[in-house]
Amino acid sequence: MTTEPVTLRERPSGRMVDDFKPSLMVAGQHGLCAGCGEPIALRSVVEIIEELALVTRSVAVFGIGCYTAFSGNFDVEALQALHGRAPSLATGVKRAKPETIVFTVQGDGDMVNEGLQEVIHAAARGERITCVLLNNGVFGETGGHMTATTVLGQRTKNTLDGRDKDLHGFPILISNLLAQLEGAVYVARGAVNSAGNVARTRRMLKRAFELQAAGAGFTFVEILTMCPTGWFIETGEAPDYLDEHLAAVHTIGVVKDTADPG
Amino acid sequence: MTRRLVEGSEAIAEAMVAAGCRFFSGYPMTPFTEVLEHMARLLPDVGGVCMNAESELEAVGMAWGAASTGTRSATGSVGQGLSLMQESLSEICHARLPLVVLNMARGQGDYYQATRGGGHGDYRHIVLAPSDIPEAVRLAQLAFDLADRWRNPVMFLGDYYLAHVQEAVEISPLEFPPLPAKDWGLDGSSGGTGAARMISPIARNKRGDPEYIDHGAHLGLIADAVRAMAEGVEPLAEVIGADDAELIVVAYGTPGRYVRFVVEELRREGLPVGMVRPITLWPFPTELIESLATGDRAFAVYELNTGQMFDDVRLAVLGRCPVEFIGGMSFDQSGFGIAPDLGVEPLRDRIRGTLDNARKERV
Repeated sequence: MTTEPVTLRERPSGRMVDDFKPSLMVAGQHGLCAGCGEPIALRSVVEIIEELALVTRSVAVFGIGCYTAFSGNFDVEALQALHGRAPSLATGVKRAKPETIVFTVQGDGDMVNEGLQEVIHAAARGERITCVLLNNGVFGETGGHMTATTVLGQRTKNTLDGRDKDLHGFPILISNLLAQLEGAVYVARGAVNSAGNVARTRRMLKRAFELQAAGAGFTFVEILTMCPTGWFIETGEAPDYLDEHLAAVHTIGVVKDTADPG
Repeated sequence: MTRRLVEGSEAIAEAMVAAGCRFFSGYPMTPFTEVLEHMARLLPDVGGVCMNAESELEAVGMAWGAASTGTRSATGSVGQGLSLMQESLSEICHARLPLVVLNMARGQGDYYQATRGGGHGDYRHIVLAPSDIPEAVRLAQLAFDLADRWRNPVMFLGDYYLAHVQEAVEISPLEFPPLPAKDWGLDGSSGGTGAARMISPIARNKRGDPEYIDHGAHLGLIADAVRAMAEGVEPLAEVIGADDAELIVVAYGTPGRYVRFVVEELRREGLPVGMVRPITLWPFPTELIESLATGDRAFAVYELNTGQMFDDVRLAVLGRCPVEFIGGMSFDQSGFGIAPDLGVEPLRDRIRGTLDNARKERV
């Protein structure tokens, strides 16, 4: 992995993301909010791709959400899908070019709301792709509305008194759902709210991409990300909020690993 | 290769494979189902892939993904299934990807859906409408050529009869002029170069690209490409009686075949009737019809709906001649849109009656 030198002294404003830009990021700036977890998650993805020397075989299929803006930052080939439909496009790429490494980048609104059947069918088929879910429990791009993964009690713009099971039903624990399918060989849930969790998530991503490269089956990494804007909290409070709310329900850890580790 | 007696669905599938189609995805719905069956049988033998998609939404998504690798790809369905695909079809047009979409229609109630599209945004796709199996074999191959040439989806509009009738036909690959290389196809290889490829309906290249094109400019370039396609694709049509017909009947697809038979029969009996059978429904043969709209001539439109292509004929005629609708709803007990009046005798009566009325109105 290559990193560019830190240029702290030349930047009176302090350290910038650009100072630590992985080589597979073509632009250091992004339009996402301060405190957003998605850039950390996506950075982790491209760093693992580089670490595993999969750069010239990889195709990223992006869903529609805040992270979509990031497709222009990747120096990895990208295919832009419709909201919810990324797993089918990824299937088409992989089946037409089996030597490629194909992964989706989707949010909880994209994958668990709009396109739930897509990810379930892709997993059941044992499609040799990796789906990466950036789960912040809220529609960030529309300004903080309830998704299918919003936890009970969470306040959003359309659940002002908090998600109520009697009114809005229960959150879908997508990793646990997918783990039941035989075609899914690896399912894990990480988070990017602490250095420890980022390191853990990177190990999950590495395992998922290694298994895809080995042709094992469907691999899935859910990454819990901070969304202080959509959670209506101070930026600095978001990492703790993630632990106390999102991760309290969507539990961090490897949910399933059936593939032969050898 | 020799002529064989082949059912339409099988002939279409074989023609697509002969044209180099190596990816097909579909969800069963008659009369599209039979093409799917044949593609599932044929493609593995030539190193291709046929996906039994779990829904039409997923079928079109898979074909979209495969097309983005530069692989000749196709999908398709029927009315309702194609309604589900519309969101993706408009995006695939905006992503500038070649894709062949079979529309094995029930009746002709989906002319608007085929030629206008039901998706969002400003887009067009070419529509080819054969009326018999030898023509279907040619157009299925032309569809892939046009899709690659214009980097745009092409719809192949068939119907229940075309899918199920058997005809003697020879299926062999057709020659087309050379095509530009698909240097845009995704395979991962441009990753890490600083200019990794991107295929997107909402952008043209990456933000870091020195020649970055923003969304508005991207849409402007699509509009230019659509204009070039509208002017560059040769409109195709079959014409009978251009010189002498007092009444020209316009019809497409299988009903066009019935109209051709009746018009030729009536001409042998000395009646001055003619026919225009549009083969490209988009671009529509507007200039051809416009050139025929002269003098005391009248036009009649026969289609199995309540009058959809009727609008395109009226736009071409632009009030120069009377245009009458003589078709009707394609509903019968079979559910496959075979209109009760799709027969030689009812058509003879209707065309003769329309000619008589046109002559009376002229007096």
